[in-house]
Amino acid sequence: MGYILSNDGFEQVIKVLGEKYRLYAPVRKKGMGRFTDVDVILYDEVHHADEIELVQKSDYSFKEFLTPLSETLFFFTESQCREAELSEKPVLIFLRSCDMHALRRLDQIYLDNGPEKDWFYLRRRNLVKFALIGCTESFENCFCVSMGSNRTEDGYEFSVEPDENGVRCTVADSSLDELFSANSLRAEQVTPSFVTENETVVQIPEEVPADILKDPLWDEYTARCINCGRCNFVCPTCTCYTMQDVFYTENGKVGERRRVGASCMVDGYTNVAGGGQYRRTNGERMRFKVLHKIVDFRKRFGYDMCVGCGRCDDVCPEYISYSNIIKKVFAYANENREVENK
Amino acid sequence: MGNLDINIGKLKKNAFRYSKVRGETASRIRIPGGVIDSESLGRVVAIAEKYGQGVINLTNRQGIEIPGIRLEDMDAVNKEIQSIIEALKINQKEIGMGYPSSGTRNIQACPGARLCPFGCYDTTAFAQRMEQLVYPNDRHVKIAFTGCSNDCAKVRMADFGIIGMTEPQYDPDRCVGCEQCVNFCRRRSVGALSLVNGKVVRDTAKCIGCGVCVAYCPTRAWSRSKEHYFRLVLLGRTGKRNPRLAEDFIKWCDEESILKIVKNSYAYIEEYIDPNAVEHKEHVGYIVDRTGFEEFCKYIMQGVELPAKAEVSARLYWGGNHYDHY
Repeated sequence: MGYILSNDGFEQVIKVLGEKYRLYAPVRKKGMGRFTDVDVILYDEVHHADEIELVQKSDYSFKEFLTPLSETLFFFTESQCREAELSEKPVLIFLRSCDMHALRRLDQIYLDNGPEKDWFYLRRRNLVKFALIGCTESFENCFCVSMGSNRTEDGYEFSVEPDENGVRCTVADSSLDELFSANSLRAEQVTPSFVTENETVVQIPEEVPADILKDPLWDEYTARCINCGRCNFVCPTCTCYTMQDVFYTENGKVGERRRVGASCMVDGYTNVAGGGQYRRTNGERMRFKVLHKIVDFRKRFGYDMCVGCGRCDDVCPEYISYSNIIKKVFAYANENREVENK
Repeated sequence: MGNLDINIGKLKKNAFRYSKVRGETASRIRIPGGVIDSESLGRVVAIAEKYGQGVINLTNRQGIEIPGIRLEDMDAVNKEIQSIIEALKINQKEIGMGYPSSGTRNIQACPGARLCPFGCYDTTAFAQRMEQLVYPNDRHVKIAFTGCSNDCAKVRMADFGIIGMTEPQYDPDRCVGCEQCVNFCRRRSVGALSLVNGKVVRDTAKCIGCGVCVAYCPTRAWSRSKEHYFRLVLLGRTGKRNPRLAEDFIKWCDEESILKIVKNSYAYIEEYIDPNAVEHKEHVGYIVDRTGFEEFCKYIMQGVELPAKAEVSARLYWGGNHYDHY
């Protein structure tokens, strides 16, 4: 069913949902941006409807609940070890269609990429349900339509998007109908808004000649990219992590193992014993990242990793456009196919 | 041209320049914070074309001088600059009579947080607020604002230099230990950060609050404090006798205290200025050289309630060259 809710009605719904769930949503953090008096929108636990940022795209993605930037996995003493505690209260995450599609990529890597499922991911994943935020308009740098992530048909309990009266919702989980109905202005046929057109349009090449690895097109990024890794940290589909085994300074026999986010752009990612480093230049790192997102992942799993949320373009401090690199790769693939045909 | 009979003291106080070219002057336009609207700038151009020689000087303290104005045109120019004075919200005593004083110099500011990625506060707004509080005043006081420790505005050459600071806020749960803050603090700032057990430790005594860690953190583990803080530096100066850089007085100071301190300094100057000073002008730093810093401090700190975080230097020692003795 669909419902139109006033902001007060939505607040009531959030209040009740908060009893059953821990609610995670994009939140505008005032002044927490990179520059003075600049906000940033990132995921955090919310208790009130007005904390949820339903209008703007979040700078950082929902993945931070499932794959925290820093998570203690277990504690160890001389002979024992114990997993870190995690609240068993179910979690409801508010996200947009592109991020719903990113979820499939996260599940792919952590649950279905080899014989073992990732235990620490799974225990978080099992807690989570989703609420879809409808997209009434395409944001700057979005190219979800090109990547086929603009629509989401299922996988969410209800949808929500801003409306002149407050919010409009569709309820997929019928057990929630009573709650929404009781707090609504009226019931109405509602379908979640999906973007059908983006200003940014990319085409993904079916085949990319291997020669692209040595093509000078990457050199530009050796000069321009500062290997800060922001593109990876905001990406809803980047899953790389590294481990920190920490021995407490006061007692070196006790400590913890942490899993922290890693970035294929940041120094140290390809360092190996003996001082080797596989991708030294930022151009090589950019090549690896881009081709992984639109070529290599597809070779292994049959679909593209990138969902076209455009957050990497939003966040890049050097104004490097990843979607523009996709266009360059597409052009390269086309030109070289023509050469082969001749 | 009739016989010129000009009161030079009044002329200077009225923000006109005593020019080496006999019969000429320059009109000095006050631009607190260094920001002027384009319409007012257009009027400056019109005045330069009508009364000057089609030339405009950009001054060292972010003001404007329109040179080549005939002394007999001063009254007309004062009427023409009225709209500029109003647009820039300069305190005035009589409409149409130009600037009421020129002793307290134009208040400078770097672009600050309106434009600069490193600016820790809105320098222009603070400069304009200060202007409202201290102008007009005949006492020769230089005040300057800069957004961060880079001090692009060179506030350490002013009597009162205000340097923006932020207190970096660290969220260890958002930190992946990439060490970019550690490296950039070392390379672009003072090296106050180190990595201990995968997380970053900030040496609070060493940290200068420049915000480099915040700017370079890719995950928002570092963010800026809600409060804007300031380092107040005192009594820098150029000049013949003893040019010197300002010294640190208060670290982690707040906006209200700075306004009070600067305002208070005028009472001190009134009390102790050399009555025989040439042209009634003595830089406050030289007065402090005579009375000692403690006496100055007694005046400027009246009614000032510093935040708990503020660190105040008990004694200040200035350096620089002393050309007046060996």
